[in-house]
Amino acid sequence: MSSEEQIIQLTPEICQAIDQWVLKYPPEQKRSAVLAGLRIIQRAYGWLSDERMRALAEYLDLPPMDVYEVASFYSMYERKPIGRYKLAVCMNISCHLCGSDNIIKHLESRLGICMGETTSDGLFTLRRAECLAACTDAPILQVDDRDYYKRVTPEIIDQVLEQLHQAGRKKGRDDAT
Amino acid sequence: MIKFEIDGKKIQAKSGSTIIEAADAAGVDVSHIPRFCYHSKLSIAASCRMCLVEVENGRKPLPACATTVTAGMKIYTKSHQAMQAQKEVMSFLLINHPLDCPICDQGGECELQDLSMGYGRTSTSFIEGKRSIKDKDIGPLIATEMTRCIHCTRCVRFCSEIAGLRELGILGRGEHSEISTYVEHSMQSELAGNIIDLCPVGALTSKPFRFKARAWELRARAGIAGHDCLGSNINIHIKRESDSQPERIMRVVSRTNEKLNETWLSDRDRFSYTGLYHADRLARPMIKQIGKWQETDWETALTVATQKLQNVIAQNGAQAVGGLISPNSTVEECYLFQAWLRSLGVPHIDHRIRQSDFDHQIQSPLVWSTCKCVQSLEETTSFLLIGSFIREEQPLITSRIRKATQGGARVHVINPVDFDFHLTLTNRCIVSPWGMVCSLAAIAQVLFGNDKKKLNIMPKPIAELIRQQKPNTVEHDIARDLQQDKAPLILLGALAQAHPYFSYLRVLSETIAIEIGAKTLHLTDSANEAGAWLATALPHRRIDGVSIKEPGYNAKAMLAKTLKSYCLFGLEPTYDSAYPELARTALQQAECVIVCSAFKNKAMLEYADVLLPIATHLENEGSFVNIEGTRQSFQRSVNKPFAEARCGWKVLRVLANFMGRPGFDYQTVLELSSELSRNLENDLQSEHIPPVDFKPLPTVSDNTVWRCGYWPIYRNDSLVRRAEPLQVLTVEQDLAKLRLGAALATHLKVNNGDRVSVSSDHPDAKPVTLQVLIDQRIADATVCLPSGLPDIAINGPLSVVRITT
Repeated sequence: MSSEEQIIQLTPEICQAIDQWVLKYPPEQKRSAVLAGLRIIQRAYGWLSDERMRALAEYLDLPPMDVYEVASFYSMYERKPIGRYKLAVCMNISCHLCGSDNIIKHLESRLGICMGETTSDGLFTLRRAECLAACTDAPILQVDDRDYYKRVTPEIIDQVLEQLHQAGRKKGRDDAT
Repeated sequence: MIKFEIDGKKIQAKSGSTIIEAADAAGVDVSHIPRFCYHSKLSIAASCRMCLVEVENGRKPLPACATTVTAGMKIYTKSHQAMQAQKEVMSFLLINHPLDCPICDQGGECELQDLSMGYGRTSTSFIEGKRSIKDKDIGPLIATEMTRCIHCTRCVRFCSEIAGLRELGILGRGEHSEISTYVEHSMQSELAGNIIDLCPVGALTSKPFRFKARAWELRARAGIAGHDCLGSNINIHIKRESDSQPERIMRVVSRTNEKLNETWLSDRDRFSYTGLYHADRLARPMIKQIGKWQETDWETALTVATQKLQNVIAQNGAQAVGGLISPNSTVEECYLFQAWLRSLGVPHIDHRIRQSDFDHQIQSPLVWSTCKCVQSLEETTSFLLIGSFIREEQPLITSRIRKATQGGARVHVINPVDFDFHLTLTNRCIVSPWGMVCSLAAIAQVLFGNDKKKLNIMPKPIAELIRQQKPNTVEHDIARDLQQDKAPLILLGALAQAHPYFSYLRVLSETIAIEIGAKTLHLTDSANEAGAWLATALPHRRIDGVSIKEPGYNAKAMLAKTLKSYCLFGLEPTYDSAYPELARTALQQAECVIVCSAFKNKAMLEYADVLLPIATHLENEGSFVNIEGTRQSFQRSVNKPFAEARCGWKVLRVLANFMGRPGFDYQTVLELSSELSRNLENDLQSEHIPPVDFKPLPTVSDNTVWRCGYWPIYRNDSLVRRAEPLQVLTVEQDLAKLRLGAALATHLKVNNGDRVSVSSDHPDAKPVTLQVLIDQRIADATVCLPSGLPDIAINGPLSVVRITT
């Protein structure tokens, strides 16, 4: 008989957002909402801790393994803490031909990190992405899995980094107050 | 039935069956289709592709495990196309599998090794690096070597489908996929060990058995598992005597019996053997002389035992002797035990060491109501479970019930703790031990509370109790569901049997059963309770089954009355008895205590005078009667039990011989068994059974606190208590705490982590100091403190306790 494990509760906002997705599936297919649930939690906290995945499982009345399996299957779910901004550069054929290599080199030298790493101030994580389905505007930079920057050049990268830097610092101050 | 062909042979199969099922049913003479992920008891994954076969007019080879047969189908399992496909699959499976069979524990009994002999290539075209996976620690029972895994997912499917707990999953994808618990922890399932048998490669092997022996060094002997009332069939693997080591039991695996354990085995039955060679094992007979223990030979020990016992009888009469035998003893042992003591005139004989209410004994039939067929549990659609942590008490019966619930069966529970059974429960009455009786009475009231005739013929206190009840919605629901079901089943567990109002529970459940056309079934937590009844290891029945007018003391009374002498067989009363405190006092005050046991313990060395070493059930010969009422015989697996230990029946026979009792001349256990069978044929139907005086209702106040003292799965008998890997799991569970609900904690003014003292309501009870743990699963007015734990001896597994802060 093991004692009850402490379970982190999901916030009401997150629960509400998940409920919207649960409604889309038949009641006995709640499991389908795992993908959306993970996405919502990741957006709120930046990454998926074991405790939060367990909380999602609890909320959807599933064994935690159902959630772990899904989270580990997809590469866009972050199961370790990452930087505040996730910068993903497409590496597929169109972007590659349009010079995504140079974009990555530029990002690496500007941020002082290698592909896959996080800056020491915890602001940026650099990732490579598979085709982002925007070949007409190659090369593509994707920020935080949703914002696309089209036909990026080193200059555009510098602007984007500057914007994010400022927003990040401001956000840092907001968080502190 | 569908007619089709496999490899040119015409066969028939049920419509809807798959090719592999049909081929297996036809037998190996027809064909044998290689497989890894397919297992007849699990869902179909079709992930390994090893069973690809050619089907006439098929475009490509089809997986035999996932293709259903159709009329006129022509299947070729050994054709060029089929063989080619199977060989290709094998070369893919071997890409990442290490070629280290000589150092793999599975070597010699490995499905991959066997099949690669037939389908593997001598060389590989794969020149890239092989992947390797970090091994996982999934507890003390199962060793992992995950690089060897071929991802058949049998273990994953077993956990979610049979064990009811999705502990293992497949993480990652593609080349990075691996089997894991994700968050590292010991597997919690009490059936986890089965994944060792299921794993077709050496990824999951038995940790206690690891590197101890090779499969070809072992010989297998059929045995019967002895830790629950199912009587699972087992194979005992023995390594023969060598210069460095005597003959040893190396491991236990399951033996298929579709009627009982299917192909499974509970961890308790599988790993209890690890306790066999514990330091506590009695190697030679021992006698205490002037307070000092010394080892001796059998002759001396038996002479001393005889003299001591005869002295007591000469001075105080046979009335001053009591005999307690473990319900895990064989039928033959139970029979000889009572025959020997009765031949000396001893009236006090019992095996019901965990029972505390014996009022109903005279009305209890000698032959237990049995479940004619454990398989039929899967077809039952409504269960009422009373007082049982069934998952720990009967792991494999629980898996049958789980299967029933997967088909929509409803399970209602009346328990003092909201135990987790890893199955879906329909209704839960989580109430104090006395509340359990009330809930059952409330259900009775819903069913026939208005029928005055029926109430009038019931025992008065019980009729009164039924009248008093005000059923709540849950009780209404349960009653209605049971009433509407065609053949509901009422299960009484070990907690019901240990209940201080067991007679009430029994009468109520039997009356309800008659009312709704249900069956009642007792799930005993010992291997041979039914057999002990048949062999009349009881104070109130003679060996021919006829009831005795003035019965001897029952197990509780024997300990409460402090007799002059006790004979114990296979028992450690300070752990096994419902009254460990009474037992210790009584045994210590006795003049002479003769113990036949496989193990010694500290308390035993204090109270005993003669210790006679006996065989455990894995080394023994005899029979157990299981829940189906089937008497399963087993032969000795080893040439001789540990060191100087002897089979229990021989020890008892010789004791009787030494005391000059006639008629104990059995040469073999078979002679004894056949005599016993003759005795068991007596017809008891004609006997007149007098009405029973039921004890009055208890006075329950708001301040009454009850204890739920269930026996944890791995504290149930002497052998499992010494099985170290199982004890690691028990320690992890952190059981030696006083668990209670938040409401009671507030009432008692205690907080999480406080230390309180607990004692039974017996006048000279010694209090035990324990830490409080607030646990919402415990019923109101109840604390949960398991029995059988070291250094915690509190009388009464389900009785009132005193708590002082």
